[in-house]
Amino acid sequence: MKDQIKIGQAGTLESSDVLVFVRFSPLQKGIKIELESPSEKCFGKIIIRKIEETLNLLGIKNIYIKAQDRGALDCTISARVETAVKRAQKSIGGKEE
Amino acid sequence: MKKRLRRTALYIPGNDPSMIQNAGIFGSDSIVLDLEDAVSVDEKDSARLLVRNALKNINYGDTEVIVRINSLFTPFGKEDLEVIGRVHPDGIRLPKAESAQDIQEVDSFLSRIENEEGFEENSIKIMPSIESAIGLFNVFEIVRASNRVAVINFGAEDYTSDIGAERTKEGKELFDIRTRILLAARVVGIEVQDSVFAHAHDIEGLIRETKFIKQLGFDGKSVIHPAQIEPVHQVFTPTQEEINRAKRIILAIEEAKKRKSGVISLDGRMIDAPVVAKAHRILKYAQAAGVL
Repeated sequence: MKDQIKIGQAGTLESSDVLVFVRFSPLQKGIKIELESPSEKCFGKIIIRKIEETLNLLGIKNIYIKAQDRGALDCTISARVETAVKRAQKSIGGKEE
Repeated sequence: MKKRLRRTALYIPGNDPSMIQNAGIFGSDSIVLDLEDAVSVDEKDSARLLVRNALKNINYGDTEVIVRINSLFTPFGKEDLEVIGRVHPDGIRLPKAESAQDIQEVDSFLSRIENEEGFEENSIKIMPSIESAIGLFNVFEIVRASNRVAVINFGAEDYTSDIGAERTKEGKELFDIRTRILLAARVVGIEVQDSVFAHAHDIEGLIRETKFIKQLGFDGKSVIHPAQIEPVHQVFTPTQEEINRAKRIILAIEEAKKRKSGVISLDGRMIDAPVVAKAHRILKYAQAAGVL
């Protein structure tokens, strides 16, 4: 369905992890990332770049992402984003926020 | 290739980023990133990608990196192999190995991946775990099924549950499986590792069990807590007396070789090839423990 919204989530709020929520929606144009991290000032840009890089590899151009970081390594961020995206892609519909 | 020691294989839950990133610092000879029992069914997809990325990005130094995949009888096993094989772990620990066919299936899978990725042929090892009566019944075929099989171990909980035995701290119920997998391993010249000692805080019990399995001939043990590593390594560390004697044996046999003799006597005891082999083994363990 054209107007279907798909959501997915992966990760946790434990130390060294990141909780990633993603939403695909027909209304979403481009990539919108909301980041919450204790090290946002120092590493915010790097984390966002890592998320964008992962989305690029997955061929995703339109998505909303909320990432609650707890000091995750790049490879963890990338894994959680990929899992959340794949879960969303597999989900059938979803509730709008 | 340098022969590595496998005194300890530390289990690390495959969906725990904190433990995964620190897994190499505890000093175990191997780490086993676990996608099986330590990960709930709902998180199998997440753990698989987390472990894949860890293998791609984290430098574990000299530590042997093993991934325990899910059994091929589950919906996750093949996908685990497909994803994890491509980042080249040192070994795949295959739980619930029951037949030669199980091993051959993993072998073909890995051969295809090695070929597609340009990895060295047979460089990813298979480490089957015997966890059932049928697995133990077929253990000789399992170890002979592929030359990738490098280590065999067993899962005490699943095995005792399958055969209807009680699982005790004393472990008498495991005597048969221990000796049979050991024998199978030695027939094909591979290594053999003991199951975990589940009581993480009972270090005395761990030491007792480790001494026993070392006496049987085991090469090492799986561990579930970093605190279990050092005591196991201690048990596998030869005493100064053993080291000195081993050195003297090797020296004596070298002298004998110069005289074209294969058998000599040292301190009134006959020294021949098996005694020399044991002496080399002692020095290997001493070297790994840094006491040589």
